Amino acid sequence: MDLSPFEKELINGWQKGFPLVPQPYAQIASEMNVEEVQVISTLASLRQRGILSRVGAVVTPNSVGASSLVAMSVPEAELEQIAEIVCAEPSVNHNYERENDLNLWFVVTAADGDDLDRILARIENNTGYKTIKLQLEKAFHIDLGFSI
Amino acid sequence: MNMHFDIKTDTLDLALLEAIQDGLPLTSKPFAVIAKQLLITEDEIISRFERLQNAGIIKRFGLVLQHRPLGFRANAMVVWDVPDEEVNAAAERITAHDFVTLCYCRARRAPVWQYNLYCMIHGRERQIVEGQIAELKRSADLIRYPTTTLFSTRRFKQTGARFSSSTKRMKSAP
Repeated sequence: MDLSPFEKELINGWQKGFPLVPQPYAQIASEMNVEEVQVISTLASLRQRGILSRVGAVVTPNSVGASSLVAMSVPEAELEQIAEIVCAEPSVNHNYERENDLNLWFVVTAADGDDLDRILARIENNTGYKTIKLQLEKAFHIDLGFSI
Repeated sequence: MNMHFDIKTDTLDLALLEAIQDGLPLTSKPFAVIAKQLLITEDEIISRFERLQNAGIIKRFGLVLQHRPLGFRANAMVVWDVPDEEVNAAAERITAHDFVTLCYCRARRAPVWQYNLYCMIHGRERQIVEGQIAELKRSADLIRYPTTTLFSTRRFKQTGARFSSSTKRMKSAP
């Protein structure tokens, strides 16, 4: 996907350190020597093109609520249908097919541990397949953004 | 299970994180928009986000991107079964490599899943990522540990984390 030099600069420069001020886009604009409207419209365009997921916070795992990576082993023929059921849970925030016997991998974030277990029980109930909860014990290195 | 943090979060902090989980509004005064929704002041919202960030609960605040449209289509999860007492040292050797995006230790689930140490590598091409994995295994001295690599082949969903209780949400659904 083609990105303009301004889009690249915006992406490389603002994955962290977003200005926590009343008019953050105006501050970004002033640091980049453009108008606020250019920052806002470029972000809207990146979002519309599916490049920008959101402007927001990446939360340290298990610092609030309870989350876990979860894996399931699902027959290939049913995978798409099962994935759809899993995605329908609002608490599921990543869901990938991976090359393994355990072929469906997703992250569930819940209010607390009991809530997490209730969600997994519901997924097992709705899909008819077991979930394997792989809870975090220690994070050594977490998402700090990347450069393009 | 929760890690230890220096500050306590309350329900308003959770409401704030929830209010932006689909993205901060792309308007001139986005915090004022949220303030209106939550019936608190813009100043309080900003100072709470600052506090959450300073405490390390918010790891970063800014643009959250989708990897695939940017050409990062090769997404590998590499896992190892490392003796518990060797995990910290192995993780340190892994995270010394710039191409490693994430590195975690997770609970094993024998007999179906023996692995406890995870790392993620995002790249543009599978061949390049495979080369990086080979290099990582050699230079981080990981050859002796049982391992497997799981490339992702399809993405079904990628959104931000949601923190509200699932029961609460179900009750509030129409």
